[in-house]
Amino acid sequence: MIVYGVALLSACLILGMLLGEALGVALNVEANVGGVGIAMLFLVLASNSDKFKSLVDGASGAGIQFWSAMYIPIVVAMAARQNVVAAFEGGMLAVVAGVAAVIVSFALVPVISKIGGSKVSIEEKQ
Amino acid sequence: MEILETVFVRNSLVVAFAVIGITIWLSYFLADRLTNGRIHGSAIAIALGLIAAYFGGRATGGSTGVADITLLGGIGLMGGGMMRDFAIVATAFGVKLSELKKAGLAGVVSIFAGVVVSFIVGAVVAVLYGYTDPVTVTTIGAGAVTYIVGPVTGSALGAESDIIALSVAAGLIKSILVMIGTPLVAKSIGLDNPQSAMVFGGLMGTTSGVAAGLAATDPKLVPYGAMTATFYTGVGCLLGPSILFFIVNAVL
Repeated sequence: MIVYGVALLSACLILGMLLGEALGVALNVEANVGGVGIAMLFLVLASNSDKFKSLVDGASGAGIQFWSAMYIPIVVAMAARQNVVAAFEGGMLAVVAGVAAVIVSFALVPVISKIGGSKVSIEEKQ
Repeated sequence: MEILETVFVRNSLVVAFAVIGITIWLSYFLADRLTNGRIHGSAIAIALGLIAAYFGGRATGGSTGVADITLLGGIGLMGGGMMRDFAIVATAFGVKLSELKKAGLAGVVSIFAGVVVSFIVGAVVAVLYGYTDPVTVTTIGAGAVTYIVGPVTGSALGAESDIIALSVAAGLIKSILVMIGTPLVAKSIGLDNPQSAMVFGGLMGTTSGVAAGLAATDPKLVPYGAMTATFYTGVGCLLGPSILFFIVNAVL
């Protein structure tokens, strides 16, 4: 049943949000601390566990896949409802932040590839 | 006109599905025809969304972009926090933990390094532009991670919509630049084998950017980059509104 998958997805999100909210209270910050990330973790664990097989296989899985495929459309709608007029004067900031993040990340590719490469070869020698 | 308004308002969410669907069709058409697939259709669609939000805001004087236009009110619901978080969590479905083992140490290091480094760069730029509020700086930093980690972090922390819009724009610039720039720098950063492709996916993290950029470089590398990039958004959503926010809060 498709709705089983949707229900599992909902349960993961609500659990994650509750934990995030509780973490916020515990840490005394007015924020949902990592709720979405925690929910994603739950869904990964559920979809990798045998116990939840009936909730993620076949039609049930299709219920989750549908929402996964709706991700970009929903992000487009999200972009369309932001206060872009107010953000406009800060536009250059967005460009600079985006460009700088890419340049630094590009530069790190050979560095981290090397670190990983040498460690792998050390393990192989052992 | 009255009939149109009645029907559109009464079925606002359904109207939003149709309008967004048409926008995405148009975006993929433009991506194909104008950029030869070099820029992914999704990036064009998000850019169109931001542009539409600008004109929507200009026309109505409201603060929720296109959603302030009576006939398009449903976009506010479709793009709201609840639907967004629901769909993002769904993208974690099908992620195999065994893939992470295949990515190896370098892959895992690259995911965390990618999130943290992009965040720091974005946050520093925000501070250089004169922002001092920790919530704002964290949201913009998270936007430099990806256009989805920004809004997720921003709404978890209660950031203003214009700051969230900036974070989406920063993430979008990053994604587009990865799509276009990857084939140009591939040689100089040693992007010619599965290992470096996995590190690349983990460092950049923007799934659409990584997939399009690697496809233009060498299509055989796409699955390796995508493997690590899949984990990136999740790690970003986890770290952004938690540890990274606490660090910013302590520094500022």
